[in-house]
Amino acid sequence: MLAKLMSYFLLGLIRVLTGSQARWYGCPPKAEQRIYFANHQSHADLVMIWAALPKELRHMTRAIAARDYWTKTPFKQWLTSAVFNVIYVARERTADEDPLEPLLDALSKGDSIILFPEGTRGHAGEPQAFKAGLYNLALKCPQAVLVPAWINNVQHVLPKGEVVPVPVLCSVTFGKPMQLQAGEERRAFLERARAAVIALRDV
Amino acid sequence: MYFYLKNLSATQQIGALFVLVFGLLLLASLTAFAFSIKDFADERLAEQRRASLHSINGIIRSSWLMVLVFWLGWMMGNRVALILFAVLSFFSLREFLTLSPTRRSDHRSLVLAFFVVLPLQYQLVWAEHFDMFAVFIPVFVFLALPVVSALTNDPLHFLERNAKLQWGIMVCIYGMSHVPALLMLHFPGYDHRNAFMVFFLVLVVQVCMVTQHLSGRWLKKKPVAPAISASFNWQSWGIAICTASVFGAALAGITPWVPGTAFAFSFIACLAGSLGHFVMKALKRDRGIPSWGKDGLAVTGAGGLLDRVDALCFAAPVFFHSARWYFNL
Repeated sequence: MLAKLMSYFLLGLIRVLTGSQARWYGCPPKAEQRIYFANHQSHADLVMIWAALPKELRHMTRAIAARDYWTKTPFKQWLTSAVFNVIYVARERTADEDPLEPLLDALSKGDSIILFPEGTRGHAGEPQAFKAGLYNLALKCPQAVLVPAWINNVQHVLPKGEVVPVPVLCSVTFGKPMQLQAGEERRAFLERARAAVIALRDV
Repeated sequence: MYFYLKNLSATQQIGALFVLVFGLLLLASLTAFAFSIKDFADERLAEQRRASLHSINGIIRSSWLMVLVFWLGWMMGNRVALILFAVLSFFSLREFLTLSPTRRSDHRSLVLAFFVVLPLQYQLVWAEHFDMFAVFIPVFVFLALPVVSALTNDPLHFLERNAKLQWGIMVCIYGMSHVPALLMLHFPGYDHRNAFMVFFLVLVVQVCMVTQHLSGRWLKKKPVAPAISASFNWQSWGIAICTASVFGAALAGITPWVPGTAFAFSFIACLAGSLGHFVMKALKRDRGIPSWGKDGLAVTGAGGLLDRVDALCFAAPVFFHSARWYFNL
């Protein structure tokens, strides 16, 4: 109940602050299994891309969050688990567990996921190099459709280290789905994915 | 007819006005609907008609919204109207600042502008502290914001960044807040009819803008400053101001003035409004966009709210302070 109220509150807030405009360019919103991957500049990114999805898709789309950061306080944990139903991922690699395990779990249940392949929030104009997770997922889960997305302007709403957000119009642009080509190398694929995200900036 | 209307109470008069306006809008909507179901033999002509109908429908829809807002404001009382205008201020400032990109170090000043300056300004209108309300932004905020900016230790484009923010606040908060402030003035011998003053101002400025647009299209004169506006020329500008002022004089019955004075006040409001709109066009060209909203289709999704209200934002303070000075309030 409280989580539901919180989600409505956050959705309303992001709408007032940013207009939360979704622009579907390369594909329509569709209930198929997808992996959305986007640039990451602010905590508001997650709420933003979530608010941009139609309500029906929101329930079956789960974001990914770093376990060490988002379980630090009880509030953060509650927010991410009860409200957003995120999938926690460990940022440090331990020898005995595969960091992608929880993601593959969720994908096998039929959920779509939202991924920020940079791994952390950047503050330059261009996204940083993508981490290998996206490639590994695409390799292990070929049935999921890979959709690039560009989140515009959100870094102005809540820059790293600030608490009070300011209103700025923002938008999320969803691009043309892409596929891992047969025999495509890891680095080439990640570079191609990053280019697909950046290309959406100027549509 | 005229005397019958004159003898109605203020509330009845305003009610009659709304009935009239809603009736006109209904008529416009019905006509547009009738045209939309009409069949055209020629496919190309039909395409053209559909396009023009689409833009007209947009205008009708935004007029409905505007009138509904006014009606709501009148029904719920001045205070609600004040809040509605504060919300309008908020959204237009959001639009203005989205298209004047700011740096990270401006964050604190922006927070101050949206969440402190804006509520305080409207609070001053609410409490009817008109002397403070008139100087709060030009004097106090003018100094306070640069201090906050300077404390962030970022000198890059300092003057430019602050000027942008200052402008946004002046137009979107200061200018806009003068419209509901008209509701709070106590004009002698004009009790409870202040809603008419707001209506008068909005209508006269709107008529001026529409006339300028239409006569500009019709006359096709050489523009004065083609790099800034492809349509602004002195002839259509003069026609627009005169038409709107005559229209204002005809509306003298709903103002506390005789027709001559109403003409003068309309003239001042239109002068400020149309030239303000022109100045905003220069700002838009500086940002490289045709309208606050068009770019939105490509990048921000903005609705172009500022395009609709900018003339009003410039006309309102001039109109308000002239009226205040005239009545010695």
